Amino acid sequence: MKIHEYQAKEILARYGIPVTKEILCYTVEEVQAAALQLGFPAVVKAQVLTGGRGKAGGVKLVRSVEEAATAGEKILGMDIKGYTVEKVLVAQGVNFVSEIYAGITIDRNTKSAVFMVSREGGVEIEEVAQSNPDAILKFTVDPDLGVAPFVARKIAYALFEDAKLVSQATDLFKKLYKVFVETDASLVEINPLVITADGNLLALDGKMNFDDNALFRQPAILALNEPSEDEKKEIDAKDKGLSYIRLDGSIGCMVNGAGLAMATMDMIKLYGGEPANFLDIGGSSNPQKVIDAMNLILSDKNVRVVMINIFGGITRCDDVAKGLIAALEQIKITIPIVIRLSGTNSKEGLEILKKANLPIVETMSEAAEKAIRLCEDFLL
Amino acid sequence: MSILVNKNTRLLVQGITGRDGGFHTKKMIEYGTNVVGGVSPGKKGQLVHGVPVFNTVSDAVKATGANTSIIFVPAAFAADAVLEASEAGVELVIAISEGVPTLDMVKISPYLQKRGTKLIGANCPGLISPEEAMVGILPGGIFKKGNIGLMSRSGTLTYEMVYQLSTNGLGQSTCVGIGGDPVAGLYYQELLQMFEEDPETEAIVLIGEIGGDAEERAAQYIREKITKPVVSFIAGQTAPPGKRMGHAGAIISSGTGTAAEKILAFENAGVQVARQPAEIPELLKKLLKY
Repeated sequence: MKIHEYQAKEILARYGIPVTKEILCYTVEEVQAAALQLGFPAVVKAQVLTGGRGKAGGVKLVRSVEEAATAGEKILGMDIKGYTVEKVLVAQGVNFVSEIYAGITIDRNTKSAVFMVSREGGVEIEEVAQSNPDAILKFTVDPDLGVAPFVARKIAYALFEDAKLVSQATDLFKKLYKVFVETDASLVEINPLVITADGNLLALDGKMNFDDNALFRQPAILALNEPSEDEKKEIDAKDKGLSYIRLDGSIGCMVNGAGLAMATMDMIKLYGGEPANFLDIGGSSNPQKVIDAMNLILSDKNVRVVMINIFGGITRCDDVAKGLIAALEQIKITIPIVIRLSGTNSKEGLEILKKANLPIVETMSEAAEKAIRLCEDFLL
Repeated sequence: MSILVNKNTRLLVQGITGRDGGFHTKKMIEYGTNVVGGVSPGKKGQLVHGVPVFNTVSDAVKATGANTSIIFVPAAFAADAVLEASEAGVELVIAISEGVPTLDMVKISPYLQKRGTKLIGANCPGLISPEEAMVGILPGGIFKKGNIGLMSRSGTLTYEMVYQLSTNGLGQSTCVGIGGDPVAGLYYQELLQMFEEDPETEAIVLIGEIGGDAEERAAQYIREKITKPVVSFIAGQTAPPGKRMGHAGAIISSGTGTAAEKILAFENAGVQVARQPAEIPELLKKLLKY
């Protein structure tokens, strides 16, 4: 789960990490008032749950009330990668001499948190990782030790020589790790962490992502969730035991299992088609799940054909077939479907589907080819 | 031979009185797995499908000599269950539970290492050595005994692949579902080594998916250490960036972990990569000159 910059900085501030003075605004009037209150220069920043807002023109430095109004008008309502900007953060402009990167995430390979710092802050850290990987210093955090004072000090000395900065950074890094662990974050990032003109550390930006698996024990974090329209559909699907992600194509997919669902999408693409969605219905023959899944697929008006790809494992194919028939009897489908059923008792399952006059194919590649053909027929 | 589980496996089921635990205990017994006991606090003395239930893993191990444990407890308690098994001296732990917080797995990993406990999962379908033992929620009927070692991050895609192998006369030594979580137990590298050392395994199938760099690391390991032929399939070639495809692991972020990068890494290591699951049996037959 992602949260906005202003929410991340509120959390960082609660843990005692110094952040810029700033005010969240929903209207141009609020932007003007906030800028006046904070003084000039100020920065108006789009608050959207996606990256690349700077490049999209969602961040503006303003030096007067007029400029603040213009920036507010321009940014509020702006579309950034499909997200509409509904709120902006007005932050006090800061004079700084240097920009640092500091972040913590999980390293799958060491099975531990990894603390990353770089003197090349202020730009996307992925870019630094590409262009100058040695500029990123990585410290594996022993889960038993955490970021103990000496660990934080070691990281601080890797960046600074000045005693005051080392002391401030040591304190800040300890707190950053505390935030990471106590909120079950999957990423916490300050970029840039600046050295101000008067020689203090200050977080100009903040980013936090959270482990979805841990949200059950993080009610305060969960309360910050702002799902987009597509994400609402995904959450709704999850409540019904389905895992759904909408895509741009025209072939609706219904598959059991995440890996097989991805492989099905790949197969469609390999044969020249475009999948309309990722949909994992999990492992059961429950007709209600098929009905829910079918309704979800059909709610996407781009869908021209539905491809069902089920592998019967523990759930036997004959049971899956009976479930499919029960479901398809209950919903009226006006577009063609293709069914591919394989696995345990597949002979019996296919027999049942054949008797019900349902269009079946033997292999995944046949299913993909047929779905694409039907889709093209539709367009003719 | 086979790896990790076999006729000598003496299995405990943690969470045996739950719905899933009970159901799959029955399936594992039917397959021929030697299930020696179950654990469920407060349920001591009960029998589930003829299997005695204990309050603690430690009691169960003492009474039954169990050497392997499978975990079906809810995600919030799964990490504690793994620790309990490890502390009681169980050598191999398979965590089926889905949705375990990442930091829970991070926290327990040094202890497991210290104790030398092998963990598979969490969020995995388990593993099987056909005709010897099935420890997991796998559909036993599709597997055939043979010489192909298989490892995968996905469930149903594995079954799909195994089905194609079995129907093409390619049996398996052991098939391991390592799970789709960001921080998991045994990974490609350890399993590649075990298959390399297993005299029964002649070739290895590695089913990967988008996200992380485990496949890239596996590719490097294969190039340096593995002499047996390896073939691969990578799922998620068409997945959009930034989206979680069912598995937390299956996310492409910022241009890393894409299928294209993984395929390239494998091909550079001499691993043949199938464009679709159906190609795997052909690739294997060619490599093994069947």
